[in-house]
Amino acid sequence: MADVAGPEAADPRERRTRPRGIELLLVAVVVGYAGILLVGPLLGLVWGALRGGAGPFWRALTHPEALHALKLTLLLGLAATAINAVLGTCAALVLVRDDFRGKRVLNGLVDLPLATSPVIAGFMLILLFGRGGWLTPAVEALGVPIVFAVPGMLLATVFVSLPFVTRELVPVLEQIGTESESVAYTMGASPWTAFWRITLPAARWGLLYGVSLTFARAIGEFGAVLVVSGSIAGLTETATLFVYRALDERNPVGAHAVALVLALFSFVLLLGMEFFRRRRRRSYRS
Amino acid sequence: MTPAAGSASAATAPAPARKDAAVPRPWGRWGLRATAIAYLGLAVALPLAAVVEQGFSAGLREFWRNVTGPAAADALQLTLLMAAIMTAVNVVFGVATAYVLARYEFPGRGLLNGLVDLPFAIPTLVTGLMLVVLYGPAGFLGRWMEGRGIQVIFARPGILLALLFVCYPFVVRSVQPVLLGAERSEEEAAWTLGASRWKTFWRVTLPEILPAVLTGALLCFARALGEFGSIVIVAGNIPGRTLTAPVYIFGEIESQNPRSASAVSIVLLTISFVMLLLVDAYSRRPKAAGG
Repeated sequence: MADVAGPEAADPRERRTRPRGIELLLVAVVVGYAGILLVGPLLGLVWGALRGGAGPFWRALTHPEALHALKLTLLLGLAATAINAVLGTCAALVLVRDDFRGKRVLNGLVDLPLATSPVIAGFMLILLFGRGGWLTPAVEALGVPIVFAVPGMLLATVFVSLPFVTRELVPVLEQIGTESESVAYTMGASPWTAFWRITLPAARWGLLYGVSLTFARAIGEFGAVLVVSGSIAGLTETATLFVYRALDERNPVGAHAVALVLALFSFVLLLGMEFFRRRRRRSYRS
Repeated sequence: MTPAAGSASAATAPAPARKDAAVPRPWGRWGLRATAIAYLGLAVALPLAAVVEQGFSAGLREFWRNVTGPAAADALQLTLLMAAIMTAVNVVFGVATAYVLARYEFPGRGLLNGLVDLPFAIPTLVTGLMLVVLYGPAGFLGRWMEGRGIQVIFARPGILLALLFVCYPFVVRSVQPVLLGAERSEEEAAWTLGASRWKTFWRVTLPEILPAVLTGALLCFARALGEFGSIVIVAGNIPGRTLTAPVYIFGEIESQNPRSASAVSIVLLTISFVMLLLVDAYSRRPKAAGG
């Protein structure tokens, strides 16, 4: 509330000067560091993938196992993102607007996947659904295979990409407040209409930023699905698992080709993330 | 009763409706609460409970034996050491990056700003592969370095490089908004009083961004403890030398040793969760003070 930065007040914060003298050196060091650390390896991968020419690259990429792996990655990514977008929004609403005993525990649970190694995330699911697991009798009765099967991989992906939507939405919802929504209530809107027409549109950039982070994390997941899936080629093998196996089986062209596709895909996602982040900043900070 | 009273007062008063009028009716509220609890309970709390139960299922002594066995202890030590070194380097370069992005205008600034998020977008396994392609024995930099006796891949420097890459955004992204929001007038006052840029940074800017630096450092460290995808490819995973704790846990799972895997998992989870709790405590304080 104390923050009254309008469009003109935001300007001095964004005021930047041209570096001079020793500052120029600082800028050069930072740019050089980021270049060596981030851009160098990226160029290395492009070089590695295209070293043998476009033909082998294309053949490796269109190999049925590679295509299947990429398709499964996309499917798992979309499904996990959809689940986390819907339920993560519910969790954010509860964390911001509801109040009850144990709410802080929920808040901590949202962050927990960030503190969990992906390997441990996959291992947890093995413990729950594997031989002698707590939930094994239940899923056996239902006849849904979890461990070494796609449903388990989906659960693992949901776990590792769970925090992002909620974490991005909580500050946005706090900023939006409930005033416009209460106006809608006084005009007779149902909570559902009020959410759908008022709150969701106002929070959309934050939600989309969270969704893009979720999706990026989901398609890049490796450790958790490695543990859960059993990596059965053409069946439970995602793109990252394919890369890992290709490296193991001394098929560098296949590994590089699929890795390059994943990298390019993340690059596109990154552009989307930047866009959403900027829109979010513009619409909530000013 | 309360919602009725709230809407009545909102209807009579011309002022904006009161906050409690926006509380959805009980059914919606209970449904939402139950959904959130079920979601986080089933997806997060239950799996966590399973690991904790497994780790302690044979008693405290067995747990202790699993954690302090030579291979496990070495792996944990290496993980903590690498994470600590990486965090120190990333704090320096992360603050420098955030400062440069916030204060200077130069060609390529927008590109650098976008690149900072690259490690968040790129799968960590791909990160590991990229490092192997560049620095590995068959890579163009790797061959040159090998001729000079420097080994990066299948050695500790490779682990460090992978962690530096993966954790680069944390400090930058936690410091940058504070620098942008900071009162520039204090810095400018220091300059007009004759303080050097360096002195100004040290005396005026740094104290202001210190909590954000600490937050970024803790996130960095917590993230590094669990890193698997890039390290498993880069490190070579030689027990006692380049085998980190997550890779050790993976080995224990593969060799059907769930109790020992759980024990080491519990240690890692505890450390990184404490870090996150500290971050939470830190980031909440200024908000509470500001209203």
